[in-house]
Amino acid sequence: MSVIIKAENISKAYQLGQIGTGTLSRDIERTFARLRGKEDPFLKIGESNDRSKKGTSDVAWSLRDINFEIQAGDAVGIIGKNGAGKSTLLKILSRITSPTTGRIDIMGRVASLLEVGTGFHPELSGKENIYLNGAILGMRKSEIKSKFDEIVDFAGVERYIDTPVKRYSSGMYVRLAFAVAAHLEPEILIVDEVLAVGDAEFQKKCLGKMKDVSNNDGRTILFVSHNMAAVKQLCTKGIVLKNGGLVFQGTQDEAVNFYQNENDTDTSFLHKGDLNEAPGNENIRILKFEVRSLSTGEISISTGFEYELEFYNHKEGINLDATFELRNADEVAVFHNGEILSSNKDSKQGIYTVKGTIPPNLINAGSFHFNLIFGENQRFALFTKENFLQFEIANEALGLHTHRIPGILRIPIEYTTSFRSNR
Amino acid sequence: MHQEVSVRSSHTVIQPSHNFFDLKLKELWQYRDLLFLLVKRDFVSFYKQTIFGPLWFFIQPIFTTIVFTFIFGNLAKIPTDGIPQPVFYLAGISCWNYFSDCLTKTSTVFKDNAPIFGKVYFPRLIMPISIVLSNLVRFGVQFLLFLVVVGYYMMKGAAIHPTACLALFPVLVLLMAAQGFGFGLIISALTNKYRDLSFLVAFGVQLAMYATTVVYPLSAAPAKYIWLIKLNPMTPIIEFTRYGFLGSGNHDLSMLIYSITSTLILVLLGVFTFNKVEKNFIDTV
Repeated sequence: MSVIIKAENISKAYQLGQIGTGTLSRDIERTFARLRGKEDPFLKIGESNDRSKKGTSDVAWSLRDINFEIQAGDAVGIIGKNGAGKSTLLKILSRITSPTTGRIDIMGRVASLLEVGTGFHPELSGKENIYLNGAILGMRKSEIKSKFDEIVDFAGVERYIDTPVKRYSSGMYVRLAFAVAAHLEPEILIVDEVLAVGDAEFQKKCLGKMKDVSNNDGRTILFVSHNMAAVKQLCTKGIVLKNGGLVFQGTQDEAVNFYQNENDTDTSFLHKGDLNEAPGNENIRILKFEVRSLSTGEISISTGFEYELEFYNHKEGINLDATFELRNADEVAVFHNGEILSSNKDSKQGIYTVKGTIPPNLINAGSFHFNLIFGENQRFALFTKENFLQFEIANEALGLHTHRIPGILRIPIEYTTSFRSNR
Repeated sequence: MHQEVSVRSSHTVIQPSHNFFDLKLKELWQYRDLLFLLVKRDFVSFYKQTIFGPLWFFIQPIFTTIVFTFIFGNLAKIPTDGIPQPVFYLAGISCWNYFSDCLTKTSTVFKDNAPIFGKVYFPRLIMPISIVLSNLVRFGVQFLLFLVVVGYYMMKGAAIHPTACLALFPVLVLLMAAQGFGFGLIISALTNKYRDLSFLVAFGVQLAMYATTVVYPLSAAPAKYIWLIKLNPMTPIIEFTRYGFLGSGNHDLSMLIYSITSTLILVLLGVFTFNKVEKNFIDTV
């Protein structure tokens, strides 16, 4: 096997905030520093990209010293939470943007599918768009011509091929767009999960086609996804990113396990040190927040769990309350529920502790996080903390069903049944 | 292993910076089909769902000529070197329009194409080149109108005497395109991060037209400002076009050489700055 992609010390910095008058003086300062051969004063070293913490500079490192090698023929899944740097890495590999530092060597033709139908023009016919889109993705005209019938066939739009694509149904449009992409023949295919839009059947078709490409044609695939099942099914290797750094590299199963365990450990937060540096603002400082199983070991459907919040309140003499909002991985709120901590304008400065309990056999398995809202008079938010803790509720088999059963809740429901033989 | 061979077929290096003077022409050549298809797209999509199709290209020069003939010819009575006014203005307008279309469209190329540029890589220079070429098609159609009008006035016996300078015309067209392209690229690079300059472009191009010999011949230009008009690299192009087709106009060869030199510098500078900005523009656009 030969190395097809080699990345060394890849980092990427982004500027935070707005571009305007304020950034001009900084640009001038940077240019001067560069001219004198000094290091860029605004690219501070040693800060990781944790969105939930406020950094000291307004430059965010979305990738930090990434090194990896990919062998020809591998299908590599790139996994990580939102904001871990997956999309940035894809953009750099696809040459949409360039890294701030580092070097990547790519031995072969790359086609990247960060979106289907890039450059489709609504006024042009299906046929004209196949040619245009194919050329944008890097195909030669002769190449498209030789595959034209195959593409039309795959998309199933033969009857409409001379009609402007603005008249297409959205399903036809996506099918045609994907058909063009699916007939690319690069040595390296970079695929973002946004590709997996559309109905379940279409997703299956997309994944099936990609599996074909990697298994039968021996091409290299880089696949970014949140869908662990798809990664396990499609990929042979895995890379895990966290806060802009590469934290794991291995087979796809190992990588998925690592990623899931990594998330499991995120069940408690404890602030040590200076009170003024704890997450919060001049009103509220969060000192501790954790979720625990009600029995021993990990949280699962039948254990239930409790959560405990400890915070310092600076606001004296108000009606203070704290609200907990539990959300699942699809950002659906499971509950939004609060506790009034003082009701006669008698809140005190000091540490409040709130504990809540979720009984066993209530919430279904899945990945969850909390949003915390600290309020005054149940109307004004003193401080809001989003995406706090990431934890899993482990699945449990239900009879013969070992996979996760759909639904947000999994409660034992009491049924009464009866039977009659005639209507 | 047969794959090993195909894998070695191309080698790309991705790095923070590249050689400033690298024009990346080889890569550009590999994407020539895309260039052709983009030009076709612009041309075809222009007249989709119309009855008269490409005839609409004529509308703008015809009306501008009528307005100019009325205002500058009949009201302001600016001389046209003995050339019938419509022919005189049409020559200037066609050339100037081509230049200004190239410039304004190229200058916003990053902003206009951010959705495509943000999703797929191809040599970014393809886009501005396609703009120049699709406007060339438009210019060609408009120039046909000019030729028809010239023919009409010649038949009527007007003082129109085409000269040997006609042979220079392809060079002149190339110069118009290259100037618009060069200016546009520089502006696109400058306005990528700070958009301030883009507010001046539309207005500036309009003003620049009056510093070019579009509505008056160089011979009638005020002596006080003649240096400014001569400094403008578009002036010799329009003057030579008029001289070639109509037989009147300044045909000082040194002015043409000045125009060629400045165009060359403009284009090189434009391409270098564009290539520098293109790598990261998506972060700041």
